[in-house]
Amino acid sequence: MPYATHPPDERAAMLDEVGIDDPAELFDIPDAVRFTGEYGIDAHSERDARARVGSVLDESTELTEFLGGGHYDHYVPSVVDHLSLRSEFLTSYTQYQPEIAQGFLQALFEFQSLVVELTGMDVANASMYDRSTALGEAALLASRVRGADGDTVLVPDSLPERVRSVLENYTNGPGIAVERYPTTDGTADVDALESLVGDDTLLVYAATPNDYGLLEPELDAIGALAHDADALFCVGSDAVALSVLEPPATAGADIVVGDASVLGMGTTYGMGLGIFAAREEYLRQLPGRLVGASEDDSGNRAYTLTLQTREQHIRRERATSNICSNQAWVALRASIHAAWLGPRGLIDLAEECVAGVDELCARLDGVEGVTAPVYEGAHFREVAVETDAPAAVVAGRLREEGFALRTRSDGGDGAEGEDGSEDDDESDDEYLVVCVTDTNRDAVDDLADALASVSEVSE
Amino acid sequence: MSRQAGEEAPEERPMAREPPYRQARWFDDGRNEPLLSEKSPDSVDVETSLPDELTRDTLELPALREPEVARHYTRLSQMNYGIESGPFPLGSCTMKYNPKFTEDVAARPSAQLHPLRADEDQQGALRLQAELQEMLASIGGMDAVTLQPPAGAAGEFTGILVAKAYHEANGDEERSEVIVPASAHGTNFASAAMAGYDVVELPSGEDGRVDLDALAAAVSDETALLMLTNPNTLGVFERDIEEIADIVHGVGGLLYYDGANLNALLGQARPGDMGFDVMHFNLHKTFATPHGGGGPGQGPIGVVDDLTEFLPSPQVRASDDGTYERYEPASSIGGVHEYSGNWLVLVKAYAYILRHGDEGLENASETAVLNANYLATQIDYDIPYEPFHHEFVASADADAADVAKRMLDYGVHPPTTKWPEIVPEALMTEPTETETKDRLDELAAAFNAVAAESEETIADAPNTTASGHIDQATAARNPVLSWHSLESSTHD
Repeated sequence: MPYATHPPDERAAMLDEVGIDDPAELFDIPDAVRFTGEYGIDAHSERDARARVGSVLDESTELTEFLGGGHYDHYVPSVVDHLSLRSEFLTSYTQYQPEIAQGFLQALFEFQSLVVELTGMDVANASMYDRSTALGEAALLASRVRGADGDTVLVPDSLPERVRSVLENYTNGPGIAVERYPTTDGTADVDALESLVGDDTLLVYAATPNDYGLLEPELDAIGALAHDADALFCVGSDAVALSVLEPPATAGADIVVGDASVLGMGTTYGMGLGIFAAREEYLRQLPGRLVGASEDDSGNRAYTLTLQTREQHIRRERATSNICSNQAWVALRASIHAAWLGPRGLIDLAEECVAGVDELCARLDGVEGVTAPVYEGAHFREVAVETDAPAAVVAGRLREEGFALRTRSDGGDGAEGEDGSEDDDESDDEYLVVCVTDTNRDAVDDLADALASVSEVSE
Repeated sequence: MSRQAGEEAPEERPMAREPPYRQARWFDDGRNEPLLSEKSPDSVDVETSLPDELTRDTLELPALREPEVARHYTRLSQMNYGIESGPFPLGSCTMKYNPKFTEDVAARPSAQLHPLRADEDQQGALRLQAELQEMLASIGGMDAVTLQPPAGAAGEFTGILVAKAYHEANGDEERSEVIVPASAHGTNFASAAMAGYDVVELPSGEDGRVDLDALAAAVSDETALLMLTNPNTLGVFERDIEEIADIVHGVGGLLYYDGANLNALLGQARPGDMGFDVMHFNLHKTFATPHGGGGPGQGPIGVVDDLTEFLPSPQVRASDDGTYERYEPASSIGGVHEYSGNWLVLVKAYAYILRHGDEGLENASETAVLNANYLATQIDYDIPYEPFHHEFVASADADAADVAKRMLDYGVHPPTTKWPEIVPEALMTEPTETETKDRLDELAAAFNAVAAESEETIADAPNTTASGHIDQATAARNPVLSWHSLESSTHD
């Protein structure tokens, strides 16, 4: 192996210094637990390993994806790869020695600043794994802040099952219950929510856009309900949508979570970049890493990890979270992408998501047997579409035409068949949820044509 | 093996390069490289077809053209130190060189796909995961592996939840304690607490290992888990691991393996064979994916048979017809990440393992342990606990934090400092297998040069980095966490 082998003379000199003949003598492992077998993994030359991984990956089908569902494909400018792959960034570690890590610290400080600007909140951390774990951490923060007062988190029934499941794992420890409030016509049923919010409510969560791609029209009212019950209000969104949406702070959000992997990552099989922003009063309750501006001994500005007494390596079981490795490099990529776009570019990208959905609806609604959108309201990036034929059947036929779409049922029962596979429950109340961004917008016409032919066959 | 401070030194020691090593520093008017917001602030009116009441009026962010973006981040990179800048012997972090080809593999178009595709349309991604699970199960001596957790600590949390579900399924709901050695990683304590357990701290024995009597006294019907890394954070192997396992299993508890130090064991020992029931792997340490300034990592967990039905969902397996599919284990705890964690890390780890194979992995551990032991013979510091494997904890005569700052001036990254706390002024050092003898000699020379320097010289460091010594206490007293609050604090 060229990465880790000493040439014979070097190895001999080292063994000599240590005073042994064979490195095997250095392993202080009792015979009873020594491994004498084989893993059975063959070594490959670099060329062969590269070819082998390539051939495995190439077994996935080439498809035009209209999938979305929390993981969105936006064009990533080349400059993101070129800069983030600079080895001083890529091969560095957590900035425990800030004097020699100013570059990454500043990039993370700028990421925090980006999140503060997008959310309107006072403070943001330097990344969580993804939006689902960020929501889990929000529930834990609420639990710490509220103490024993309250043990219920309220989430909309449109929250994808896979996100709610993560939240439930995070709330398992303190015994917090995750309960759903209903949506009507795709957005929060505020009256129904009002009857559910009470003294036991720790946190009320609302997403905008939600899993149907709808913007939540009554965020303020939801926030007021939460605050009336002395509960925290948490809003979920993502970096591109927040570029044009009213900052959640304005609607009274105490915490904003979401994903920023929409910048800088493209379609990487769900790799996330959780954002977590909060009001100033919760600063010392934040999970994860924080980068602060300070000064060095010459009085020059310098950056450092700060408020580390919240963190696991110092506070241990009393830490605000167990986060150690996080998504620092992904945050760097998002920051570079945002810097490249600038405010105008971000707004344009967001507007493309809005215009793309409008265009998509106009095209698809013209197809016989298709209704788009199912729910009226302002859409961002994706939309629920109803078909006369069962959605799963339509998705399956579209797949044969080279398009990947997901299906989901109405909120309420928690059931979801969203991977577009044909063996899903083919119930009548399922929709196609179609996502359009800058990267697939020019395939909308083809999708509409395919949908027309598929619908005819289905009839 | 290692020498005590003050013993005779071998002859012909290489001299440390004289400081100054110079890290680039882009500097402008009392600031390092200005913030993007200081270079080109912009405030744009938001015009969109969305309803006014849902949208913001303005967006204030920097506006730069690509050349200026490229210069900004290039300058920042030059003010940052990575493993390709020089040695980076941060104990417990396993900062080793990573083969470059894994980046190219992860950048393939066929690696870029959406996780909500139907199984039949992501056969490549599923096969890679199934094969990686199998390889990791073999390496860990485990019966099944889930790849989902997006970091080592997330793996700990997942593993503990799986163990908790197992106990609950056995009607063992009153088990409320997780035992953790005092010297364990902070994440162990935090993960156990997050999962709702009380943490029982286990003091180290005189030899730095688990004290069997103390363990026997700590376990009870309340014990859900003992969390252990082996070799432990001193680099010392827990030789009594079989007895430890017997004690924990004897009261119905489970044994958890913290995979942070697995780099020392490849080809030598397997957690499953030592009696561990659940473990996590740090793909970004043992199987080399670049650490990216603190992440992404990936923390798959392995479990023995009794625990497999509780693994997170979805799991990946080969089906009877030779294709790959996702499924939900019978009593799954559910999800621990919205999708499958950090996919690109999985791709890189898979490529790394294929490249190395059995022989290469074993060689990596052997070389890592040789390098640590060789380095220890070359430095003038006391190393109180031995024999050690891939890392050792040296004890400095001066304040370890000051020693670390001064080492920066010699162009090497210092070890982890002041931890574990059982060693006074600890310098926890892990050179890894990818350093050559020359680099190890250079590292030793830096250690030794600092040891010979005056208190004043050390306290004055660093002098050659992008920034001088930073007062972290002040940063915490007056937190300034964004350019927005920097502006207001400057105006104060």
